[in-house]
Amino acid sequence: MKISRYATQWAAKVIVWMGAFSTLAVMIWILIQVLMEGLPLLHLDFFLDSPRQMGRSGGIFSTIIGTMALTAVAIIIATPLGVGTAVYLKEYTRETRLTRLIRFGTDCLAGVPSIIFGLFGFVFFVIFLKMGWSILSGGLTLAVMILPTIISTAEEAIKAIPRSYREVSFALGGTRWQTVARVILPNALPGILTGVLLGVGRSVGETAPLILTAGSSLLVPTSLFSPIRTMSVHFYILAREGISMEMAYATGAALILLILTINTLANWLLWRYVRKKRG
Amino acid sequence: MIKEKFLEKSLFLVALSSISVLALIAFFIFEQGVPLIWKAGPFSFLLGERWFPSQGSFGIFPMIVGSFWVTIGALIIGVPLGVACAIFLCELTPAAVSAAFRPMIQLLAAIPSVIFGFWGLIVLVPLIRNYLGGPGLSVLAGSLVLGIMILPTIISISEDSLRALPRTLKEGALSLGATHWQTIWRVLLPAARSGIVASIILGMGRAIGETMAMIMVLGNAVQMPDSILSSTRTLTTNIGIEMGYATGDHRQALFATGVVLFFIIMGLNTLALVISGRRRS
Repeated sequence: MKISRYATQWAAKVIVWMGAFSTLAVMIWILIQVLMEGLPLLHLDFFLDSPRQMGRSGGIFSTIIGTMALTAVAIIIATPLGVGTAVYLKEYTRETRLTRLIRFGTDCLAGVPSIIFGLFGFVFFVIFLKMGWSILSGGLTLAVMILPTIISTAEEAIKAIPRSYREVSFALGGTRWQTVARVILPNALPGILTGVLLGVGRSVGETAPLILTAGSSLLVPTSLFSPIRTMSVHFYILAREGISMEMAYATGAALILLILTINTLANWLLWRYVRKKRG
Repeated sequence: MIKEKFLEKSLFLVALSSISVLALIAFFIFEQGVPLIWKAGPFSFLLGERWFPSQGSFGIFPMIVGSFWVTIGALIIGVPLGVACAIFLCELTPAAVSAAFRPMIQLLAAIPSVIFGFWGLIVLVPLIRNYLGGPGLSVLAGSLVLGIMILPTIISISEDSLRALPRTLKEGALSLGATHWQTIWRVLLPAARSGIVASIILGMGRAIGETMAMIMVLGNAVQMPDSILSSTRTLTTNIGIEMGYATGDHRQALFATGVVLFFIIMGLNTLALVISGRRRS
């Protein structure tokens, strides 16, 4: 018996629908699993109290400070480098062998596994530059990791600016730098910010390289050279060493809420940007 | 004018940052790892089956095999689901639905890997242990977790390459009387082949590189996995677990593991770039 092509089409479409919805379902399952157990444990004290007894009790205050400090260092270093690279690639050169090489380097950097960044950060920042396990070492390692994201989103944002904007600026006698500073960057800002937020999200979620570069101290940091533990690292240690499942769930829930917030913010920015461009 | 020149030169230097960082990474990892590969012998390092750092025997073959199987498993799960999602987003839903679906995929990409690992540990591992036997911490658990983690990579790049196809391809096929599905299966997918293959290779790179989630669900025994239910260790987890306390030759052996990983990833990245670049030109 020959199956009609309309029957095949029907079956295939059902399978694709099922695939798409099972993807969604698994993601929701993962989030719900952690949030169901973790959310009821989140109280104000949990956020304002530092971990005690290796994390068996207390809260996550010092890990929140650690996460914020690391992310701040990473963003402050990576944003100017990333945006500068994008501006140079889009506004200052044509496609040459060199720009292709820079793009190749960026693409490769984006694919390097996080544990390799960890090894690098450990020999380079921690040992070679003698920064020790610290906010600075961890932040610089993260900066290197998020650089490709910031470059590529900034490039996209700059590419989306119509040629006429530049032509008007040049026609009015603006120099190249004036055009970049007063026309290109302000117009590309929402796109650039989206990239920065993606970088923040990645910094918050990263674990492997930070254990090797920022240490796992539970103390509240006092300077850029203090070792710290981020929320993700804390969550990992609680769960893997079986210190306290309850605290692990609570920390996991806090982590998911943070990621959800950052992601929503990034999407909102992008949505506003797209809407504005459509006019 | 001097200011303009100065700014241009500075921007040029900034633009070199990504490529110089890549060079620095390669230099420092190699400087630490390569001497040990020579000391242990490249052949016995790569193909040796004994990993006993305290006795000075460094063979990473079981980890290479472990990485290989976990990655293959991840692709078996991730590729059909990912391509299905891409088709779903491009062809089967109105723009409004895919506009709502896409942020979900971005969220999936943003979930920290430790959360995936934790979910695998508390949900998948007990399920596998109770229903399929074995320790639960296994190649299967690792493949399932990784299969989900690589979905965003596969979906977004496959979707982009499907969307980049000229409308005329689809219109031509439909006007020749093909059904919508025949158009997707016989015309659109083959036309977007290079982008889809590139997405699979990049997903593969992501799978090989994942560390924390794998430490949590693989069980980490140094052994050749003999079934999908047995515990294993990958190249990344080997580094992640032992780096905390390794010193001397042992530490260098972990950097050497990093060197092997670096070569695999660079190979895959270059392959993906060549494949997707060929399409562009």
